[in-house]
Amino acid sequence: MDFKSSDTITGPRTEDRLPHSTQAAVKIVIVGGFGVGKTTMVGSVSEIRPLTTEETMTQAGIGVDDNYGSDSKTATTVAMDFGRISITDQLVLYLFGTPGQERFWFLWSGLFEGALGAVVLIDTRRLEVSFDVIGRLEERGVPFVIAVNSFPDAPRYPIEDLRSALDLAPEIPIVECDARRRASSRDTLMTLMRFLHSLELTKASV
Amino acid sequence: MTPPQRRRRYPIKQEPPPEQLQQSAPGAEGGTGQEGTKGKEGERKNPERLYVLTGATPGGERASLDLVTLIVACAEPPPAAPPEQSALLRLCKAPLSVAELSAYLNLPFSVVTVLLTELLTAELVQARDPLIRQSLADRSLLEAVMHGLQKL
Repeated sequence: MDFKSSDTITGPRTEDRLPHSTQAAVKIVIVGGFGVGKTTMVGSVSEIRPLTTEETMTQAGIGVDDNYGSDSKTATTVAMDFGRISITDQLVLYLFGTPGQERFWFLWSGLFEGALGAVVLIDTRRLEVSFDVIGRLEERGVPFVIAVNSFPDAPRYPIEDLRSALDLAPEIPIVECDARRRASSRDTLMTLMRFLHSLELTKASV
Repeated sequence: MTPPQRRRRYPIKQEPPPEQLQQSAPGAEGGTGQEGTKGKEGERKNPERLYVLTGATPGGERASLDLVTLIVACAEPPPAAPPEQSALLRLCKAPLSVAELSAYLNLPFSVVTVLLTELLTAELVQARDPLIRQSLADRSLLEAVMHGLQKL
């Protein structure tokens, strides 16, 4: 195992340390295709420099353990960028920019199941790459909103055309955003939170 | 211009949790010492069991630690602690998520959960569980997050 010697490990900067009073964390997942701006969005709202957690995936079948560590298996490293926002001195929010392909999601147990909800970041130049992601979230019952990352040269569709093309239920919010801008990314997260809040209200009134 | 067209999907029945899959997996007999612990409460906290899990099911569930479980050291590293344990203990003097530990140590999430399970068993660290969606009975958490985001 490639372990850095403890001398070379750089921990969090002093200003990036959480207070001792921090009791719990929540997470939101930002999911979308390659190059759609997940890392940009994480970086624009995070209070810490975005970090990367990696996981190794092998192509060997589940349950096979006799060739563990042998060279015959192909290992793929899957990286996930994440950031952090302190909510109160007791609560902290983590944002994970997650690859769109579902086969990667199993690498991090509870990635979606435990999340408050998800932001599906889409690029109208490649709308179809988001189809599978949206379908998987629907199947898993993960609440989500759609954020259209406004690339300058991307085709602009009316929101209702997008809703129809993505076959989304009328209550699911669709917002335009500029993932590079902190205020815009924050507003996108607020849209998700308001949506989750409305779901809770609906649940409570049933 | 007409965008491409998707078709909506609906929630599907939950698959059996990975633990159950693991227990019935044909390759599981390769591990040692797992028969006695199989299916018992708290088996995920058993480090021996975890090693078996990590070796036997790459990509499977390994521990009850979430990416955002907060870890706090509650002791100084023992003199005999291996370097990676000492590094972990130094990092989480203040609360730090498992994801951040993985990032700072440059180790895969799964490896960090194995190391942390050892430290939890030895009571050198504490774990503060995340608040997950299923457990949200009240709206106050969502409101707290909204309030926090508005301050950004």
